[in-house]
This record gives sequence, structure tokens and C-alpha cells, in this order.
Amino acid sequence: MIDKFVPDVAAALAGIADGSVILLPGFGNGMAETLAAGLIAQGARNLTLVANSGGRDTGPVADILASGHVARLICSFVRADSVAGRLFGAAKLELEIVPQGTLAERLRAAGAGISAFYTPTGADTLLAEGRETRIIDGRNCLLEYPLPGDVALCDAWEADRWGNLTHRQSARNFNPVMAMAAKMTIVQTRHVIALGDIPPENVHTPGVFVHRVVHVPA
Amino acid sequence: MTFRPLDRAAIAARIAQDIPEGWFVNLGIGIPTGVSDYVPNDREVIFHSENGVIGAGPAPAPDKIDPYLVNAGTQHITLRTGGSFVHHADSFAIARGGHLDLCVLGAFEVAESGDIANWARAPDEPVKQVGGAMDLAIGAKRLWVAMEHTTKGNGGSRIRKLCSYPLTAKGVVRRVYTDLAVLEVTPRGFLVVEMIPGMTREGLQERSEAELHWS
Repeated sequence: MIDKFVPDVAAALAGIADGSVILLPGFGNGMAETLAAGLIAQGARNLTLVANSGGRDTGPVADILASGHVARLICSFVRADSVAGRLFGAAKLELEIVPQGTLAERLRAAGAGISAFYTPTGADTLLAEGRETRIIDGRNCLLEYPLPGDVALCDAWEADRWGNLTHRQSARNFNPVMAMAAKMTIVQTRHVIALGDIPPENVHTPGVFVHRVVHVPA
Repeated sequence: MTFRPLDRAAIAARIAQDIPEGWFVNLGIGIPTGVSDYVPNDREVIFHSENGVIGAGPAPAPDKIDPYLVNAGTQHITLRTGGSFVHHADSFAIARGGHLDLCVLGAFEVAESGDIANWARAPDEPVKQVGGAMDLAIGAKRLWVAMEHTTKGNGGSRIRKLCSYPLTAKGVVRRVYTDLAVLEVTPRGFLVVEMIPGMTREGLQERSEAELHWS
């Protein structure tokens, strides 16, 4: 019997190694806060964190960064007035800024086995300095590589024991694409659903992209 | 003769006048966010929010807030009837794949070639607020900009020959709505299509670093 449920957060996060690339979905909602807090306690260090935003003064991303366990942050957006902005300003955090659509597409490429792609996004900007560009169809384009994760910490509204997921409203955001881009996808779900009770047409992230699920009631 | 610059809401209202029924539109953060408030309910315009919302609607009543539904500015919103949700890669396929009829972005500067600068004031600034702007700027069928004509600090013009801030994208802006005027970006440069009451050609040119054209 396939059963991806684990009893608690510690079991969900067991084995995350130092130096891992951690994918953390979320955009105003849809972030696995309990797993994010658990990651700090789990203790892996020298991590690369991939998230849409560098966060603020408080909240899951800020807390992970403040723990000192992250060496490198890959995101689309950093506020000066934030833990991320201050750590970067003090040269205590490496930062890679990636346009949000390129971030999503690099994750998708990692999950889909695409070796690289060209996009006009960012091609005429500072982000393209020293990198390979090419005129395609009359337009300057920038070469981008996949962004695979070792671990994704995902949020779901519902999950069954195969790891099939639904995400509520805009909480879907990066969850499906980060789930497919990681070697080990760990999910916290608000609700546990019997296998077969999520209508098949309504599965947003299929269980084939999911490895462990922990129930975290609201 | 005196003139009174439009406030930010009035710029948003002016832009809303030019959005026809049936368009699929992304509104950036800042002045553009207000545009949807001025599109009448009986004009069906579909608003996209890059966190995966198709059919974003107005803010909910305080007792109807759903924490699971936000826009790209992480403000609470509602979903219009007919709306749907997609994940981030699909949402940016919408933005980058040419599916948006219009994107309206805020900006620090626009150049006469259509270049836009809106994410950093200096290359080494710790504020690096790219977000989805570079994707939206290259991907939408049309890009309009909403911004004040001059800076608050020293009154320097945001209407430039060349942008002085780091670029978001090159040669993409089609139209600029400021607190003083509406300008089209043409192969010759900025063409003034409208000025606020009381503004003169000389007065607008004085407030513009780029040369303005009038016909």
C-alpha cells in the first residue's frame, strides 16, 4: 500500500542534508509555515533557499534567514527593510535575483527535463551581464538554466495517501511547480482526504510529484 | 494660467477610460492597482494577477476576507464570476506568452525609445524589486506606464531621452499616463496626445527631459 503520510514534522523533514537547495512556495499565502519553522529546528546548514520573495522582518522566510542556516537566497524580490535586505547589505547572504516568470519557468524546466531555454525577459538588463544572449526572431534573448531543488516544502489544502493535492484559491502559486522540481517533495496539508475522494479532475498536484505528507490542521 | 496635476487615483481613472470591454489586463503595483476601481462593472474586463488569479475582483467587505485569496500586492481581493486559478508557471506563461492585451506598470522613468526602469534606483542598491515586472514588460501585447511626470524630490523629469536607472526592459512602452499628460511612444519619440487643463506646451516640455512632439 502506498502511504506517504508521516506522523509528524520531524519525520517529514528527516534527512535534509547540509548544503541542500530548498524550494519554498508561497505568495502572500500557500506557504508551508510549519515545515518552514521545522526546517530551522531540523538544523541543516549552508542551505540555498529558493522563494518568490525575500520576505519582511518576520514570517517564515525571514525566520529561516535569521537562523543563519542559509548561505544563498534565490528570489525575485528583496525589500531593503527586511532580514534578507540587511543580511545582503552586510555581505552575510549571497543573493541571486531572478525575474518571477523566469523563476517559475526555471523550476518548471527542472521538473520537465528541459535542459535550458531562451527568454527575452531580463535580456537587456543588468541581470544579463556576463551571460549568454542570442537574437531569436529579431529579439534579444537570455539563456536560462533549470533550477532543481533537493527538497520542496509545499502547502496543500487537501491531500490523500498517494500525495494527490489540492490547493485553495491563490494558495496554489508556486506549489505545483516546486513540487515537480525537487528530488524530495514534502507537503503539509490542512485536510486529509480518503484516496479517491478528491475528484480526479480536481487534483492540482498529482501524487507522483510528492514524497512525504504531514497533516497540519489549521 | 494655473494647472492642477492629477492625483494618483485620477491617473488610474484616466487609464480606465481607455480599456475596452473584453481585454485581459494585468495591473502592476502602485498607481496601476487603482485602475480596476474605475472600470464600470458592466464593462467586462478580465484582470490577471501574476500569483495565478484570472478574474481578480475588488477588495472584499471586511467580514468577507478570505486569507487564501490575494493579488500580486498580497492585498485581499475577490474573484469575479467566471474567474479561475492557475499555478505560477502557467500564470507567467500568460504574462510572457503574449496572452495579455494590456499590462499597466508603474515606473521611475520611461525613455523616448520605450525603455522602462522600475525596479532599482542604482545597480548596487539592496532593494531589488524585480518581481514580475521584467516578464510582464516583454510579454504583454501592450505596455502602458502610469507615473508622476516629475520626481517628488528635485522635480527631475521621469520622461527621459535615456533612462538613468537600471532598465526593466528595452523598447516596450507604448503609452505613458502621467499627472500632467498622456504620451504615446512613437518611432520619433514621445507624442503628446493629451494635457491636463491649464498645462501649456512650454510648461510640459520644461518638465520633460526628452523632446516632445505634438503631431
